[in-house]
Amino acid sequence: MTDLLTLSGVHTHIGSYHVLHGVDFGVPAGQTTMLLGRNGAGKTTTLRTIMGLWPASSGQVTLAGQRIEQRATPDIARLGIGYVPESMAVFSDLTVKENLILAARDAALDDSRLEWIFGFFPALRRFWLSRAGSLSGGQKQMLSIARAIVEPRQLLLIDEPTKGLAPAIVVALIECFAEIKRRGATILLVEQNFNVAQQIGDSVLVIDNGRIVHRGDMAALAKDTALQEHLLGLSLEAHQ
Amino acid sequence: MTDLAAPEALPKPKRDLLPVLLPVILALAMAPLIGSASSWVTLTVASLAMGMMIFIMASGLTLVFGLMDVLNFGHGAFIAVGAYVATLVLLPLAGWVQADSLLLNLAVLAPAALLAMAVSGALGLVVERVLILAVYGQHLKQILMTTGGLIVAEQALYALWGPQIIPLPLPTSLRGSFIIGDIAIAKYRLLAMLVGLVVFLGIQLVLNRTKIGLLIRAGVENREMVEALGYRIRRLFLGVFMVGSALAGLGGTMWALYREQVHASMGNDLTVLVFIVVIIGGLGSIGGCFIGALLVAMVANYGGFLVPKLALVSNILLMVAILMWRPRGLYAVTSR
Repeated sequence: MTDLLTLSGVHTHIGSYHVLHGVDFGVPAGQTTMLLGRNGAGKTTTLRTIMGLWPASSGQVTLAGQRIEQRATPDIARLGIGYVPESMAVFSDLTVKENLILAARDAALDDSRLEWIFGFFPALRRFWLSRAGSLSGGQKQMLSIARAIVEPRQLLLIDEPTKGLAPAIVVALIECFAEIKRRGATILLVEQNFNVAQQIGDSVLVIDNGRIVHRGDMAALAKDTALQEHLLGLSLEAHQ
Repeated sequence: MTDLAAPEALPKPKRDLLPVLLPVILALAMAPLIGSASSWVTLTVASLAMGMMIFIMASGLTLVFGLMDVLNFGHGAFIAVGAYVATLVLLPLAGWVQADSLLLNLAVLAPAALLAMAVSGALGLVVERVLILAVYGQHLKQILMTTGGLIVAEQALYALWGPQIIPLPLPTSLRGSFIIGDIAIAKYRLLAMLVGLVVFLGIQLVLNRTKIGLLIRAGVENREMVEALGYRIRRLFLGVFMVGSALAGLGGTMWALYREQVHASMGNDLTVLVFIVVIIGGLGSIGGCFIGALLVAMVANYGGFLVPKLALVSNILLMVAILMWRPRGLYAVTSR
């Protein structure tokens, strides 16, 4: 399977801190790739580097054959990348509807697409005209994800979507990601919850101290307790 | 498909009406102290007119700070340049200004105001590209650069027009007052209130009913996420900066006509006033800026009438009181 996104020798500095130390990996098209790692390993930095929010100091980032590491964030987004940051970053002063209108960029909201989204997240229909700031944490996460998929995107970068959410909402998100993948999108998803990761992921990358230290099938890692403990300091069994 | 449990109705966000009611409370509280109904009406109308003009001058500054995180201490330059550009139109066409015809008066006043806005807006473009662009995200450098820009603009006005105060008479149709009983309401103050209200409603309309407005509101809250959605926010910055500068030019024109004079240091003098208004209102808040401008004008007018010596420090006292009550201003928009 060809890679939609590739990072090759990517270094990123944030101020005087050298965070990514030559990150290399590929994200196969049409698959969900999990990016795992301990706190501070460089997961969020990797996503932000791809988006150009913390531009790479050196190395190459290629999306569908186009080099993007020198491009500005809006230009990268316009290549068809949807980004869901860890903070969710919904615009709290705007309504749910207004948040999605902005995400739709140049086009009007597509009713059939909205219905598809409401299928996963009925709360968004219910609170359509409510200010996003008044939503619960889970509803904000739904809105943040809805914003990334309100138009078809070829790649979704999603940063810890299940963090702090109720189990019922996590189940809905897992269903949502599976459906997005079935529709042909490629997903690179950062997740701390290994139990969730092994349900969603096709392939897995593990990052530690700004370097990719493992890549392979998610299913294989899910079965290998010793490797989980070695890479992540925990095992799926211990987590359950 | 999982139907997520969600409450049928969200808790309604608390409507914070107290700041909106403050000008009304203040006006009503002052009535018995002032005593005479006609004086109270005159002072209140004067306050509203003055407040609207201050709002027009300050609105651009608060938008620029809210969206761009830029501390523009040179905002006063746009005010002064606007006033001088209007003077360039109004003085040569003094015949039309002095004509006893509303049509002729407006025929010279409207182009003067529009030209003032256009030149101030264009100056805003230059300032953003030359001074601001290099110092985004660096507050100290922004203060130094924009303060320097204000000094350069002020000295350029001195060099071009000299240090003297230039009289700028009001158009004939806008002189005098409407008399209702024993209450006199100055015509120009009514016009100033009308223009201020139109500007306020126009800004509200753009911010709340257009996609550009959505982008500005979203950008004030989280610029990075707006960019991650694919919008080139730098262009929006530039547009907002130019509009803010143009509004300052309009405000400068109106203020000059209100005072019936123009002088090179007027921008410098008004900078402190507009900053007080923006801080009182809450950095980045247009509604807060509107109420802040009204409060500043009311305190200045009522205070000047009741305790003339207090007028010198009334703005500072008001700002201290408001910040002790709400440290981030009446309506805090941004946490910056």
